[in-house]
Amino acid sequence: MILSRGPKLCNFVEWRGYKVVYKRYASLYFCMCIDQDDNELEVLEIIHHFVEILDRYFGSVCELDLIFNFHKAYYILDEILIAGELQESSKKTVARLIAAQDSLVEQAKEQASTISNMIAQATK
Amino acid sequence: MNPFSSGTRLRDMIRAIRACKTAAEERAVVRKECAAIRAAISENDQDYRHRNLAKLMFIHMLGYPTHFGQMECLKLIASPGFPEKRIGYLGLMLLLDERQEVLMLVTNSIKQDLSHTNQYIVGLALCALGNICSAEMARDLAPEVERLLQFRDPNIRKKAALCSIRIVKKVPDLAENFINPAAALLKEKHHGVLLTGIQLCTDLCNISTEALEYFRKKCTDGLVKVLKDVANSPYAPEYDVSGITDPFLHIKLLKLLRVLGQGDADASDSMNDILAQVATKTESNKNAGNAILYECVSTIMTIEENGGLRVLAVNILGRFLSSRDNNIRYVALNMLMKAIALDSQAVQRHRATILECVKDSDASIRKRALELVYLLVNESNVKSLTKELIDYLEISDPEFKGDLTAKICSIVEKFSPEKIWYIDQMLKVLPKAGNYVKDEVWHALIVVITNASDLHGYTVRSLYRELQTAGEQETLVRVAVWCIGEYGEMLVGNAGMLNQEDPITVTESDAVDVIETAIKRHSLDLATRAMCLMALLKLSSRFPSCSQRINDTIIHYKESLVLELQQRAIEFNSIIEKHQNIRSALVERMPALDEATYSGRRAGSVPAAVSTSQGAPLNLPNGVAKLTAAPLVDLLDLSSDEVSAPSSSGGDFLQDLLGVDLSPASSQPGGNHAQKSGTDVLLDLLSIGTPLAQSTSTADMLSSGHENKSSPHILDKLGSPSGPPSQDSPPVGSSSMMDLLDGFGPVSSVPENNGPTYPSLLAFESSSLRVTFNFSKQPGNLQTTYVEAQFVNKSPNAYSNFVFQAAVPKFLQLHLDPASSNTLPASGNGSITQKLGLKNSQHGKKSLVMRIRIGYKINDKDVLEEGQVNNFPRDL
Repeated sequence: MILSRGPKLCNFVEWRGYKVVYKRYASLYFCMCIDQDDNELEVLEIIHHFVEILDRYFGSVCELDLIFNFHKAYYILDEILIAGELQESSKKTVARLIAAQDSLVEQAKEQASTISNMIAQATK
Repeated sequence: MNPFSSGTRLRDMIRAIRACKTAAEERAVVRKECAAIRAAISENDQDYRHRNLAKLMFIHMLGYPTHFGQMECLKLIASPGFPEKRIGYLGLMLLLDERQEVLMLVTNSIKQDLSHTNQYIVGLALCALGNICSAEMARDLAPEVERLLQFRDPNIRKKAALCSIRIVKKVPDLAENFINPAAALLKEKHHGVLLTGIQLCTDLCNISTEALEYFRKKCTDGLVKVLKDVANSPYAPEYDVSGITDPFLHIKLLKLLRVLGQGDADASDSMNDILAQVATKTESNKNAGNAILYECVSTIMTIEENGGLRVLAVNILGRFLSSRDNNIRYVALNMLMKAIALDSQAVQRHRATILECVKDSDASIRKRALELVYLLVNESNVKSLTKELIDYLEISDPEFKGDLTAKICSIVEKFSPEKIWYIDQMLKVLPKAGNYVKDEVWHALIVVITNASDLHGYTVRSLYRELQTAGEQETLVRVAVWCIGEYGEMLVGNAGMLNQEDPITVTESDAVDVIETAIKRHSLDLATRAMCLMALLKLSSRFPSCSQRINDTIIHYKESLVLELQQRAIEFNSIIEKHQNIRSALVERMPALDEATYSGRRAGSVPAAVSTSQGAPLNLPNGVAKLTAAPLVDLLDLSSDEVSAPSSSGGDFLQDLLGVDLSPASSQPGGNHAQKSGTDVLLDLLSIGTPLAQSTSTADMLSSGHENKSSPHILDKLGSPSGPPSQDSPPVGSSSMMDLLDGFGPVSSVPENNGPTYPSLLAFESSSLRVTFNFSKQPGNLQTTYVEAQFVNKSPNAYSNFVFQAAVPKFLQLHLDPASSNTLPASGNGSITQKLGLKNSQHGKKSLVMRIRIGYKINDKDVLEEGQVNNFPRDL
């Protein structure tokens, strides 16, 4: 439905009693489905907010980044929206939080690899 | 290397899937991976669990079923490490939703995680809870979340706030607990917490009036101040979006102020200044600014009256409307719909622009604009607006046409200043978009036409003209055919010419031509062609010169493979050929259909309660009746002069109808008519005045097994609005039986003879036939008599197609079972028996009496015998 829309048309489509707001970035469409009484222009801003954060995180994000790192994209999304509501309007804060969590993951990995090395050595 | 490794890494799997060229290949890869994952799950593999879950999520996103992985999420969430929990919670949110029972098992883990020392893990838990928790989980965990609203870390506070939103939405009773903590959040400095706190308050206000009151009293001023601060704040790089500091915060504040100000004058007053400031100072060259303005306008429109602000708001909307950005125009149209309720004058000023938007290339804008135009229509502008819309109808997209047509018809109907204008507009719409016009609409049109008696001539001539050019539009054809049938002589005679009309010569055969073209056209559907047949019948009466030609056409349809057309053709043919004396009365002009009842009925949209057993032969309903019951009722209610009795709905109606003298029908057509004309049989029988019991039974019973298929389909047709279409009801039994009166439901067998016995009766005897009745009654049920009729052939020739029919007066109810056979061997070498049930409502006061008619074929010649049985035993 959205793919068939021309370039100059407005970014809102009505669907099954809801509205779908979409924004196109190169070959990707970001869509959000909202209620009738939500502010569509605000949603456009939210989409842009999200994309900018992704950009900052991946460094010039492209489609492949999102495909191979979908779980990370989801983590970022979870820092921006919960239950559809905006959580944080500051890009810096979001970036900081994600960075902190990533470092936790790194730490845990390092620990695990050393431990498993030790076990592997021990059980050989 | 772990021997249980599932082989591929996540990115390898993704690469493999993307490399597939066909869907089958992809399915194969996915299947292999799923098998490996399943094996790993059953082995309870620890090490690669999170990788497997990641793979599962990817597969889920592609659309394959992944329910076997749900327990894995739980195990991951329960494990102590952060990465595992992270991916476990993500899996939970993606693969499950609140309807799954598995979700309940997670409650305990979440509870523990909510009190974890690692604040990121608390965050994960809150996030998951906020996204998918169910009502039970909400109830369980609400106290935890409430506590977290005051946690030291702002990130947790903001997540807790959003989580609370979901909780109070799922369990509104808990709202009171959150009021105070939420109010505390409004004093925060951290933007994230402020944002979420405001959202929480907004939702609380929507859910609980207590919360609304509280916030209104305590927080309005504080909120106004916050908005002032953020609107006036200097450049803050962290929150800046295209020159505006934190537009999201602006918008959320405006939303909350809207909720607080609505319906309360004091609150509204306190906001006026800041609203004015925001409305005037915000830059509108970027989307962020426009979003704020949009929200601001929405708030102004909703809170209590302030003239100056409203003017400001409408001006902003006007500016939006003429913007070149489609998005802006779209939201402006949206907002104008709300503005109309408040200040329709202001909106009317923009009518021209809105009308232009209806023709926009963007489908969403078109839709909004059309709805807005619909709201804008009033008596003064209806004519110009309709003209514009109809002009556009011609060039609009097919998807849009349906909507547009419906709106035009609705506007025309509601606001038409005079009938001729209404008819004119409809005459313009029908050729352009007739196929999109709904049934109620053209029914209403016909109602209006019948009521505008001075316009009949004009209408029928205009329709005739339109039909020449646009004969493919179904609805147009229907209306035109109906009108030509009704007002044919006006068409030909140029009666009732109006000043603006050009004279047109239409001969009778032209009119008939038009209808014949329509009926031959196969693209038109059954109802239309049936209506054409009806119209032809009417014309055969109105144009005697064409009667023969019309009859020929009708005869052609007697062999039609379509049952409806065939039945109609057969009956109409018999009317034309054999019943000239009643034909003109039958097809007399329809009286004006009562608009009030019609529109009332339509509003209630309840199919007419009149029983379907209407004296149809008196007033063959036209094709309109096929589609809704409503006009059918009208036809009867205002039935032509044949019925002088006051109309009443329900089964009594028929009685009334029949009780009154049936002038056209009572002329006994004589005994020589062929068995074919079921109508005649019906007329006869009805003339005795039998009450018909239930409507549904008339529907299924009347398809008697006449092989000449002349079952009185009129009653069938009447059965169709309420019962199953009669075309489908199978012929009852192999014998041809008129089970007219299904008073008791099928009586399968005669009950035992343990009532008083009665002598058998020689009911009827002629030179060729003898009929004997044997009686039995059930003890205790004195009103009902079971009769076994026996027929004996006295002649040397066998009879075939043997049909026995009977009719009884009003106070009796008759039920006929199928006969044992319909061939009567000669010279008494066998007999036919048939069981009857008779119920005497005047048992004791009046005795049974019955008229019988027996038809059979002897040597390929049809014979009919009739008689009356008066000699029933007295006490029967």
